[in-house]
Amino acid sequence: MSDTPKRTALYDLHCALGGKMVDFAGWEMPVQYPMGIMGEHQHCRSKAALFDVSHMGQVLLHGPDAAEKLEALVPAALSTLPEGHARYTFFTNDSGGIMDDLIVANAGDHLFVVVNASMRAQDIPHMKAHLKDIEVTEIFDRALIAVQGPSAQEVVASHCPQAAQLSFMQTCEALIDGTLCRISRLGYTGEDGYEISIPEAEAERITRLMLDHPDCAPAGLGARDSLRLEAGLCLYGNDITPETSPVEAGLSWAIQKRRREEGGFPGAARILAQLEHGAARKLVGIMPQGRAPARAGVEIHDLEGKAIGQITSGGFGPTVQAPVAMGYVHADHSAPGQELHLIIRGKPQPATVCALPFVPQNYKR
Amino acid sequence: MTTYYSEEHEWITVEGDTATIGITAHAAEQLGDIVFVDQKAEGDEFESGDEIGVIESVKAASEIFAPVDGEIIEANELLQSNPAALNENPEADAWIYKVKLSDPSQLEGLMDLAGYKTFIS
Repeated sequence: MSDTPKRTALYDLHCALGGKMVDFAGWEMPVQYPMGIMGEHQHCRSKAALFDVSHMGQVLLHGPDAAEKLEALVPAALSTLPEGHARYTFFTNDSGGIMDDLIVANAGDHLFVVVNASMRAQDIPHMKAHLKDIEVTEIFDRALIAVQGPSAQEVVASHCPQAAQLSFMQTCEALIDGTLCRISRLGYTGEDGYEISIPEAEAERITRLMLDHPDCAPAGLGARDSLRLEAGLCLYGNDITPETSPVEAGLSWAIQKRRREEGGFPGAARILAQLEHGAARKLVGIMPQGRAPARAGVEIHDLEGKAIGQITSGGFGPTVQAPVAMGYVHADHSAPGQELHLIIRGKPQPATVCALPFVPQNYKR
Repeated sequence: MTTYYSEEHEWITVEGDTATIGITAHAAEQLGDIVFVDQKAEGDEFESGDEIGVIESVKAASEIFAPVDGEIIEANELLQSNPAALNENPEADAWIYKVKLSDPSQLEGLMDLAGYKTFIS
């Protein structure tokens, strides 16, 4: 990776909007705009927020039986995924850990895949090495924006009526003001919304069109993180890593029945055994009882002072109006209502295990 | 009454051998939305450079470093009930500590307002 952070097609727009730019996974991205993280977060929950997620890797898979072949790398059922539908999944390693999480969409004559920015350099060679006779094409000339929130449909459909016809986890190609875009109804905030893949040359124009809607405001990586945390959505590198299995991470729902019966993905032995017998540790929601946020790395103790786990994501939840966190604990301490201590700056602070998400998901099914 | 500024973006207003410490408006703006302040207790003694508290914003936790040696004689309770006051009024109501200075001569090592303005520009 070069030392100079890369810029997305929307860099100039971020600067014009007053975005505070930071280096994130080798990309110069806005962490917040003048509205601030709290305001941007609330705007997304009440109206609509627009995020630049062009740093994420967009990949096309062309070739015979691409979905079936991709199943050798992930535990989701993809060969039966209907055209126009998308599915959340993860690359697993031989020990059943998670190498990255991704979205796979059936785009008809190809698969459209979106992977994390920080893992592009791993995932693309991984697919190229293992998908025989499949053309793996990383896209460098398209931006990706997310429009999220209860007003997202109104914002996007005002320029693209087809967007209103999509349900959660559906995708289509459609014109937005004359430009052919890929529009998928999904996101990373717990709200209804879309991710839109746009040819780079038209990206700023179309993004500005969305932002012209009175309900739509730009939001940065800071709000993206607090929104996904409240929605109980895992962050790769924090909550899911090569050492954590999907069962431990509470992602068993993303392993469909046929794959549980047939296996045939990396680490299947460990993952299927955990599905049957349970895992020794679990990712849970944790609410500190005080006002101090518990951040990633904070140790979790039982009430007797024994170390039983670690916080993997944590901060302040602007919608909850209290600190919220996620972390791994021993399975026998994972039931909602379980009392714990979080060791914050050397002092045990009382906290409670609670069901995820912290804020109800608001998807249009 | 004289106000001094530290390179850690604190202000310190001195009256005799007691002083009031807070963070500058510039620091508050950089931190973003402040959600919690972890304050030390009355009677805590500290030396210049010691961590004397933590400010948690939505983004991250940032330490408060003592600009001088001294002892805490009061922690501002307002920050417990309303940490966001630090964003709204960091150089007045939302002071962090009243302290007793051990060595007022240390103030000479700090900046005046003009010096601080140059420092942050």
